Amino acid sequence: MIDFSILFSHGDMYLEGFGNTLKASLLALVGSLILGTIFAIFRISPIRPLNWIGAAYVEFVRNIPLILVVFLFFVGLPAIGIRLNPFVAGTMGLTVYTAAFIAETIRAGIQAVPRGQTEAARSSGLTYLQTMRYVILPQAIKVVIPPMGNQFINLVKNSSVLGVIAGLDLMYFGDLVAADTFVTFDVYIFVGLFYLILTLPLSAFVGYLERRLANGR
Amino acid sequence: MKANRVWKKVAGMGLVLMLSTAALAGCGGGKTSDGAAPGGQSTGAASTGTLAKIKERDKFVVGVKYDLNLFGLKDPNTGNVEGFDIDIAKAIAKKALGDENKIELKEVTSKTRIPMLKNGEIDAIVATMTITEDRKKEVDFSDVYFLAGGALLVKKDSNINSVKDLVKGTKVLTAKGSTYSKSIREKAPDSEVLEFENYAEAFTALKAGQGDALTTDNALLYGMAKQDSNYRVTDEIFTEEPYGIAINKGDTEFVTFVNDVLKELKENGEYDKIYEKWIGEKPKK
Repeated sequence: MIDFSILFSHGDMYLEGFGNTLKASLLALVGSLILGTIFAIFRISPIRPLNWIGAAYVEFVRNIPLILVVFLFFVGLPAIGIRLNPFVAGTMGLTVYTAAFIAETIRAGIQAVPRGQTEAARSSGLTYLQTMRYVILPQAIKVVIPPMGNQFINLVKNSSVLGVIAGLDLMYFGDLVAADTFVTFDVYIFVGLFYLILTLPLSAFVGYLERRLANGR
Repeated sequence: MKANRVWKKVAGMGLVLMLSTAALAGCGGGKTSDGAAPGGQSTGAASTGTLAKIKERDKFVVGVKYDLNLFGLKDPNTGNVEGFDIDIAKAIAKKALGDENKIELKEVTSKTRIPMLKNGEIDAIVATMTITEDRKKEVDFSDVYFLAGGALLVKKDSNINSVKDLVKGTKVLTAKGSTYSKSIREKAPDSEVLEFENYAEAFTALKAGQGDALTTDNALLYGMAKQDSNYRVTDEIFTEEPYGIAINKGDTEFVTFVNDVLKELKENGEYDKIYEKWIGEKPKK
């Protein structure tokens, strides 16, 4: 049987971890959406050097393990004099990492809109930005929502990487509770449940968005 | 949350990409844990006496660790096992047989050492073994030959010298699930304790300035301080782990003999030399 008494004896640790995981996830979600959009625009922009920067960013960051990105912020930045606490370093690593995937998702969405749409819009007198704003992006967003939901759910789960650098998240406290009580299996079952509290509503929200946008078609 | 400010900094910086190779090679010293003492009966080495046995075969067979930096470590290049424990064992061989090379080392782990001693495979255990009441039921111990215990690893110029200096606002690093994560919270309740996957990672974090001190066995800390001379081990020991040499139960003759050797080593300064050779500083009196 699962030992529910852990929840009561170590509830404060679970809650603190849950709060920090929620905070890290929200910050990283907003941050990676902004950063990812910027790099997606870089990648499809007509300006060559911006393409290169965008491509370099995506290819570098998404092809190394997340934990290395996080270590870069945690032990790499202090080497050049910028010291961040484990939580901030972990959240920034998570943001930078997720942004690479978001950038690719957005780029794919935009490029999924047939070229003819752009050509038609431009030839009817819209500027490049207007074309993007009124013609391309509204169509791209429908394509982008489901894979984007995936990325965000992954982001919440990936935030467990903070546990490795003492980022005080759910996983970190889970490890501590396990070391303290020795009922490892039960401890992590509760950790899993806490993650579900975050990810299930997120899944539902993505599903809702998908349906709403589909209706507008 | 200062995150937002820092955020802008990073966004502004674009991407600072540099790989820091903070790999911490070779610091994987095992921690002495409790040896599981099996409840078997003694095979009665005491009846003949270990000392007589050693003299008869003209060789001192001793169990040591092969994987613990500074105390008993097998050098992969030469194949030689070297360390503090080995030098102590050699001193015993020298006294018993007149030649420190009349010695045979056998690898033991915390689990195997007591059974191996009991069935006569080894004459003594010199393997960072902490003297505990439980173990005293199974084996006899010599006097303390090394006083290990919880200490702090700090920056050379740090003003932290004791757990008392770990005031509010300081951060102590250790490994998840270690006994020290508990004892440091008791001894320094105001300090923030951050726990990492292992001591190598905790040391990396300390080097990155993520904490003010790292705590574990001083025996492990000396190994780290030796690797990076920017760090030192505090003199104070806040939990005691006295190491003793284990000998078959009831063999008082050999226990006395080993104690005499230890005493002699301390008197003629040989002990201090061995200590300094491995630990890098003089023993505290």
